[in-house]
Amino acid sequence: MQELLQQLANGIAWGSIYALIALGYTMVYGILRLINFAHGDVYMVGAFTAYFSARALGAGGVDPSPAYALLVLVIAMAACAVLGVLIEFFAYRPVRRSSRLTALITAIGVSLLLENLGIRIFGADPKFFPQLVPPRNITLTEGVVVTNHQVTVVVVSMALMVGLTLFITRTRTGKAMRAVAFHRDAASLMGIPVNRIITITFAIGSALAAAAGVLVGLTNPKIEPLMGIMPGVKAFVAAVLGGIGSIPGAVIGGLTMGVSEYLVVGYVSSTFRDAIAFIILILVLLIKPTGLLGRNVAEKV
Amino acid sequence: MTRRLVLGAAILGAVFLLDRALVQGMNPYIYRILVLCGLNVILAMSLNLVNGVTGQFSIGHAGFMAVGAYTSAAFTVYATPRLFGVEPGASAGAAAGPFLLAILIGGILAAVAGILVGLPSMRLRGDYLAIVTLGFGEIIRVAILNIDSVGGARGFAGVPQRANLGWVAAFCVITFFVIRNLIRSYHGRALLAIREDEIAAEALGVPTTRYKVAAFTISAFFAGVAGALFSHYTYLHTNSFTFMKSIEVIVMVVLGGMGSLTGSIVGATLLTALPEALRFASADRLIIYSALLIVLMITRPQGLMGHREFSLAPLARRLRGRAKGSAPGSAGP
Repeated sequence: MQELLQQLANGIAWGSIYALIALGYTMVYGILRLINFAHGDVYMVGAFTAYFSARALGAGGVDPSPAYALLVLVIAMAACAVLGVLIEFFAYRPVRRSSRLTALITAIGVSLLLENLGIRIFGADPKFFPQLVPPRNITLTEGVVVTNHQVTVVVVSMALMVGLTLFITRTRTGKAMRAVAFHRDAASLMGIPVNRIITITFAIGSALAAAAGVLVGLTNPKIEPLMGIMPGVKAFVAAVLGGIGSIPGAVIGGLTMGVSEYLVVGYVSSTFRDAIAFIILILVLLIKPTGLLGRNVAEKV
Repeated sequence: MTRRLVLGAAILGAVFLLDRALVQGMNPYIYRILVLCGLNVILAMSLNLVNGVTGQFSIGHAGFMAVGAYTSAAFTVYATPRLFGVEPGASAGAAAGPFLLAILIGGILAAVAGILVGLPSMRLRGDYLAIVTLGFGEIIRVAILNIDSVGGARGFAGVPQRANLGWVAAFCVITFFVIRNLIRSYHGRALLAIREDEIAAEALGVPTTRYKVAAFTISAFFAGVAGALFSHYTYLHTNSFTFMKSIEVIVMVVLGGMGSLTGSIVGATLLTALPEALRFASADRLIIYSALLIVLMITRPQGLMGHREFSLAPLARRLRGRAKGSAPGSAGP
């Protein structure tokens, strides 16, 4: 029982990271019907931005503290928001009217570009993320121990998800995003600046991925330029699992994914960790092809 | 028909002779690149059958390649010495028969995997199909990683090197003609109809799911053949079959032109040779490569060849016409 609770706690912490990345996938997919393959690499860039800004700040003599961590988080999120906007403008906008496959290959190209630029600029060797907050163990109940880093991960990602939900449901821009996702051309006819909304979507999605990168740096301090590939794919799976295009679906999918991975690691074998995500996905898609919370869209001839 | 068989046999014979002649004097580095080119050509042509001709979107091709690679390697290592008495160190001539059998077994098991994967997933469409095939590919890889008798995470050592340029080139030729003839056949027209409009094809009585699974299975067979050749050429490890490999093959198909078989050949050759040709800029070559891919998609999304096929037939017709000074004969193959 203790072990089960411990694995659940670890799984929820890790699943929150998937959920944060999955939100970016699901938002972009909802609006552009594009699998943004480069999203996992934006998460990598987020982790590296945090790494370098933390080192630069640390050289200025700032002590590890929550405020310092928050500053690093904000820098990384801002940098990645800009990166996301640039990617959309230079790579995705020119192919927006092309076939979806063309857009997908472009996204794969951007992903490869970011990975190789990462290797070139940051170096292929793993870097050790500096300690932004001193680690501490928190005992939840008898025998179930989490670190304050894991708690931070869950709290920060939940805060970001709640903020995003409020933004999308309560603001004019959020309403415009929903309108563009529902029908782009109709939204454009209603006077919604579609291009600007898409830019905002990319900025928000990439900032969330950057936050995930920083949070991963806290708990798993080894970062390297190819770290985004697997979490990127799995977060996409999480988005599909929850029903792509649906924000609560992405969160549920991400948490399901994190928890099931840790259960497999704890009770089966760590080598099956990468397979479980896909096994769940296939089962869900075969039973309910639109994902857990996805809407059924009737196909028109 | 006989003429074509003779022609095919002649091509295969020429390829084998060419390999004998080439292996003598060729730079081993160039030789290796040619072999890898050939393998990628087989993979790209077979994937084109699903992604280009049938208009589905599979990103699990590396999984079928892995099935073929590992079953054929296991057959060669465990079964061949017992069944045929051919030890791993046997000469290429003595091992040719069992090796051919190993390739076919690899292909057939990959095809079986293709049916198992295709039956459920070919009911899905678009991005869902893509992600499910990706998932199956990864599951296959992780499953193999956990089979200890084929090396697991250590990689499968001790597979004799039996494939060479001749074998690879021969299977390139076979793959090309099988898929080309399939596309031109009655069944190929059904596949093209599914690509153009699945609902319309269904309405006209094309059993779409059955055809999609069939295309998927044939495609998996040739991916398995490529895997079998790969495992008997170079070091075998599941890291060669990650979804990045599938994506690499997709990029080849798209670059060459979806649905263009000769385009796949061009795409696979270019994308195998290009990173090597860019080696002078060693550290930056992959950056250039990925940037080129993006630029290509923006400027020429239909790929280099589009739907068109590159063919020697018009040239042959012109030459023949000039020689005889008469009306052109029937189109050659």
